[in-house]
Amino acid sequence: MSEQSAVTIEGVSKRFRLYHERGNSLKERIVKAGHARYEDLWALHDLSFDVKEGETIGILGHNGSGKSTLLKCICGVLQPTTGQVVVRGKLAGLLELGAGFQPELSGRDNVYLNGSMLGLSKKEVAKVFDEIVEFAELEQFIDNQVKFYSSGMYVRLGFAVAVSVKPDILVIDEVLAVGDERFQRKCLQRIREFKEQGRTIIVVTHSADQVKSICDRAVVLSHGNMLDIGTPGHAVQIFRDSLLGEEASRPVHEENQTVHKGDVTLLDIHCTHPGAVASLPFRSGDPVEITLVYTSSATVKGVVFSIEVHSPLGYLVLTASTLDLDEHLDLETGKGELTFSFDTWPFAGEEMKISGGILSRLGGVVYAWKEDACRLKTIYEGRSPGIVTLPVKASLKVATL
Amino acid sequence: MSDDASASVPSPEKQKVVDVAPPKQVRVVSASSSVPSRIKEIWRCRELLLNLVSTEIKVKYKNSSLGLLWSMVAPATTLAIYWLVFGLVLKNGIPHFAIYLFSGIVFWNFFQTGVQTATGVVVQQAGIVKKVAFPREILAIAAVGTAAVYMFFQAIVLILFMIVVGNAPAWNLLPLLIPALLAAALISVALGIALSAVNVYLRDMQHLMEVVMMAWFWACPIVYSFWHSIYPHTDQHGLTWVYLLNPMTPIILTVQRVIYAHPVVHLTTDTANPHSLTQLLPPWPATSYLWMDLALIVVGLAATYGALAIFGRLEGNFAEEL
Repeated sequence: MSEQSAVTIEGVSKRFRLYHERGNSLKERIVKAGHARYEDLWALHDLSFDVKEGETIGILGHNGSGKSTLLKCICGVLQPTTGQVVVRGKLAGLLELGAGFQPELSGRDNVYLNGSMLGLSKKEVAKVFDEIVEFAELEQFIDNQVKFYSSGMYVRLGFAVAVSVKPDILVIDEVLAVGDERFQRKCLQRIREFKEQGRTIIVVTHSADQVKSICDRAVVLSHGNMLDIGTPGHAVQIFRDSLLGEEASRPVHEENQTVHKGDVTLLDIHCTHPGAVASLPFRSGDPVEITLVYTSSATVKGVVFSIEVHSPLGYLVLTASTLDLDEHLDLETGKGELTFSFDTWPFAGEEMKISGGILSRLGGVVYAWKEDACRLKTIYEGRSPGIVTLPVKASLKVATL
Repeated sequence: MSDDASASVPSPEKQKVVDVAPPKQVRVVSASSSVPSRIKEIWRCRELLLNLVSTEIKVKYKNSSLGLLWSMVAPATTLAIYWLVFGLVLKNGIPHFAIYLFSGIVFWNFFQTGVQTATGVVVQQAGIVKKVAFPREILAIAAVGTAAVYMFFQAIVLILFMIVVGNAPAWNLLPLLIPALLAAALISVALGIALSAVNVYLRDMQHLMEVVMMAWFWACPIVYSFWHSIYPHTDQHGLTWVYLLNPMTPIILTVQRVIYAHPVVHLTTDTANPHSLTQLLPPWPATSYLWMDLALIVVGLAATYGALAIFGRLEGNFAEEL
């Protein structure tokens, strides 16, 4: 990663003017002139940050936080109301896969059309044409009209063209949620390849796991403001906290009760040996208890305790929840603890990150959540590599010929 | 180039493309961008422009067996009808009147089709405008470009007809068609760009233009003769310059002078005076036509500059209006 920045966002704000039943016709404009009623909605508030060359940056935010608006400003589809975005290098935006395809034309013609929209010359497209078709797996259908394509074929071709541009900066807006799983993996693989080639990637996603697994840094947006920019783990934590904060303002109606968010607080999550008094080092395979300490200032019926274990690289490796254990729990007023007991802790050596929280029974509401609340490092005495260790035996059977 | 390094299967050593990459183009996205920078962007995307034009034409005739021939069938039919109606039924006495009429109509159709399709194009292509970043003026320019292609086919029909009828153009004046065409193209592009942006905010524009174009058509000396029917009246009041303010008038006059090539004709209906002549086209020298067209090119360039400025001002809110 170099120090040169690829994209500089300088004090970018974007205002949307929301008109109340404004007509687009001349008559209505004249009749209503002067008293057109509108509200200003600031989708972005004075955002400034740098994206360094070769960096993969994630943008996190709830619905309506301004993620897509920011991305559109970076791509140049929207102009910011104030401030500016400086882009150094060729940028390809994947705001929507297959945008600009002409349904009447063949796949081949559309590749050329889309390529030129992304700034490639005919020669350059011709050079990568076979690669595009191969990646999209459309060898058989490339001369068919695009209107006969399935939606999967459509997005595959769109993605293949966009990544074939070999942009210096790739901007992706949640488009990875398309296609079947195999193609999604292929896309992710291509994105990792880009990353290794030192290209800059800006990605908007809802998936915290994706952010943790591919991003170097992440930006958290909320109502057009930047809450945080930092390591993915930290950003995801801030993001989840902001979601909670968002929810906290609204009382929850579920199971014929009204719960206010401040009612339930998670005080601590810790890991212990069952029955141990002093804290001892953990070994792989030891029994482990993970305890969530909470207080509640009201009676809450139907709650679920849940924990998530992430590997150091940010992959979700284990979850446990009282819902899956068919425990029906209600919270009384006061302080309490809930313990998950594992007979063996199967992870080898790595320091696992443990997050946990309290949710409503139907999972719609998070009452309290602590991201990366404690870490559990184990001593691994085995020799086999891998992050999981399980008791194993080997037996040899020889069949005599 | 970074492209080469990554085209093959990348080896870890080759992957550090950024350090040695040549200076990158810098693009600034902000609320205002100057007209020269817009022109530069349009020039950079010229290949997209060609692609959009060819797409438009391909799509139009995609599923028809005669394909592009259709774009010639319609003008050929029109021309045949003019020849029948004005040559046999409604005799106005002007020899080869069908050619006089059609030469003006070819240019007029270019202007009208170009401006009218360009007006609606940004709204029509909202899907792309909201999702893909490229200089949007290209859409309007491509609409004019498509109209130019259709004009080309109509011109072929006209040429074939002239060969059949045996009416030669004014060969020595033929180069005059170039400035005339350029002026018409620039004015169409300017109007198209400006109106396509305005139409996003005032959707009436599309319908309004239909009416305006109809009136504009009759303001041009296409069906009638400027010198014979208009000039005597306007000259009395010294108002000829008002009529000539219409930028399409000098263009149409140039085309008629070159293609029809008979400024003075003997009316076939005037059998009583076999030697009387009628001045159909202005008795101006070729240089007058040239100067008029050159002046219109300058006007067209200035108008295009202004249209780009307008487009730039209005473009900022496209995505939310569409």
